[in-house]
Amino acid sequence: MNWISNYVRPKINSLFSRRDVPENLWTKCDNCGTMLFHRELSENLNVCTNCGHHMGITPRERFHALFDGGIFTEVPVPAPLADPLHFRDQKRYPDRMKTAQKSTGETEAMLVAEGEIGRTPIVAAGQDFSFMGGSMGMYVGNAIVAAAERAVALKRPLILFSAAGGARMQEGILSLMQMPRTTVAVEMLKEAGLPYIVVLTHPTTGGVTASYAMLGDVHIAEPNALICFAGPRVIEQTIREKLPEGFQRAEYLLDHGMLDRVTNRKDMKNELVTILRMLLALPPEVKGDLPAPTPEPETVPEADASGAPEPAGDAKA
Amino acid sequence: MQYLDFEKPLAEIEGKAEELRALARANKEMDVEKEAAALDKKAADLLVDLYKDLTPWRKCQVARHPDRPHCQSYIEALFTDYTPLAGDRNFADDHAVMGGLARIDDRPVVVIGHEKGNDTQSRIERNFGMARPEGYRKAIRLMDLADRFRLPVVTLIDTPGAYPGKGAEERGQSEAIARSTEKCLKIGVPLVSVVIGEGGSGGAVAFATANRIAMLEHSIYSVISPEGCASILWKDAEKMREAAEALRLTAQDLEKLGVIDRIIPEPVGGAQRDAQATIASVGKTITSMLNELVDLSPEKLIKDRRDKFLGMGASGLAA
Repeated sequence: MNWISNYVRPKINSLFSRRDVPENLWTKCDNCGTMLFHRELSENLNVCTNCGHHMGITPRERFHALFDGGIFTEVPVPAPLADPLHFRDQKRYPDRMKTAQKSTGETEAMLVAEGEIGRTPIVAAGQDFSFMGGSMGMYVGNAIVAAAERAVALKRPLILFSAAGGARMQEGILSLMQMPRTTVAVEMLKEAGLPYIVVLTHPTTGGVTASYAMLGDVHIAEPNALICFAGPRVIEQTIREKLPEGFQRAEYLLDHGMLDRVTNRKDMKNELVTILRMLLALPPEVKGDLPAPTPEPETVPEADASGAPEPAGDAKA
Repeated sequence: MQYLDFEKPLAEIEGKAEELRALARANKEMDVEKEAAALDKKAADLLVDLYKDLTPWRKCQVARHPDRPHCQSYIEALFTDYTPLAGDRNFADDHAVMGGLARIDDRPVVVIGHEKGNDTQSRIERNFGMARPEGYRKAIRLMDLADRFRLPVVTLIDTPGAYPGKGAEERGQSEAIARSTEKCLKIGVPLVSVVIGEGGSGGAVAFATANRIAMLEHSIYSVISPEGCASILWKDAEKMREAAEALRLTAQDLEKLGVIDRIIPEPVGGAQRDAQATIASVGKTITSMLNELVDLSPEKLIKDRRDKFLGMGASGLAA
């Protein structure tokens, strides 16, 4: 029951098996094994319709569902220096980057956007686990700084969806330096009196948890998300004992006081709107579609001397 | 003196010289001093040679050398009136983190550092320098104290990393580290750090988000241990030499990357061969870094730290 078997293996398997399934119409639930039709699955925000298991979702898909009418504007993120350490393991780092860019269609592991949710203007940042494990390097640092600066400039709250294995090893010490760097970004929001809400999604581990992901005004997690500093495998090797069931999962962290809430993905938007509007001292959200705009009362021609104004009727309701 | 694997040839020569002298002590007529002196000279030359161009992996070995001076040695030698202050006021006192009030050159400061221990018993007591959340929370408390009474903070970094244990996770290891880093950024007093051995990942950052950061010549500072990196990226922990190379974790590389401000030279053969001299140079550096900062206003100090970390990584390594 570790994330290697739960997450990585199915992920790897799906990479290979994807070609066998024509057009990838069906996805197997990582948890219960149910075959899920792709349209149904994406309509359900990648949550299994059978068992409620929350599968990975890219920031772009998430933002489409999160922002009103799926409308958002991307906030530009300054490009960092590419491969600052000239890092090479079994592969060159630039090659790993190219592979990740090709398979995800994204430039890097974080997407920053502005728009409205429940008619509440926000800035959102989403980390992309499918891009090199969402790892935090210079780009993710730049993205968080850009998101915070944008939020401060527009006086809007920032919602951050975290998902990462930790710091990006290929950027060595510079990825480690993103811990204090992103903490500075969080400080900017706090000083500006703006809400900073962190939504921790599966998995959020390592240096990411130990910096911006644990500094929110409110911490909400998705069900069963793995959230930790050191991963379960490392801990088992260190203490040489089996870890309890559900260790380091969202519900476990909630029990241990590290989170405010554990919330299903489909309820997340409403909950975020409710919380934000209270923190921002705004009136409650008007649910559903707004009533059709009231037509401007026609200017009564002076010639009409009847004197009896038309009743305002239901337009005032 | 414990020899590292790459110091084997040196161990042999020094061993031979010692043997000769032992023989001479047993047999008064023998005169071996000339030969022994020749061996000494040879050993000294070899030592210079070995340490002239240490590979990153060898630097890791030196940085972790058990005979290197540790936090406690620095506090005892450099600080007066050291008064340890214990506990996080929540759960426990973490013995992996030393900290308290002290004076350096008569100037009162708060000193905080990781302590690894020097023998089996003290290593266990100190948890090999791996702090639990209580350690970071104690540091947060001490930094608050320093801030309120306008005392500069000196941190000494020497940790393999934060402790990966069950209780540590349950009590919020990540949150404790994040808050400690946040506190470093917030205090309106000078904060200076010296990496004296190992700067292990987040566990080090939590104390080293400072106005000025110095590293000893053969110390290391890294996002992950070379062994950990090797087992993830090479799928083979034995590739730690390659990983150490790729990670750029030496003081020399970090200075080039603009992550640290100064390198403190070590005696020939590393800090473990002359603890006193090493401690003295670290003391000089701490004083000089503090002198650069003591006259700055709290706002200026906070801004200086923020700008420093916001600007990190703007330039990479020149090819």
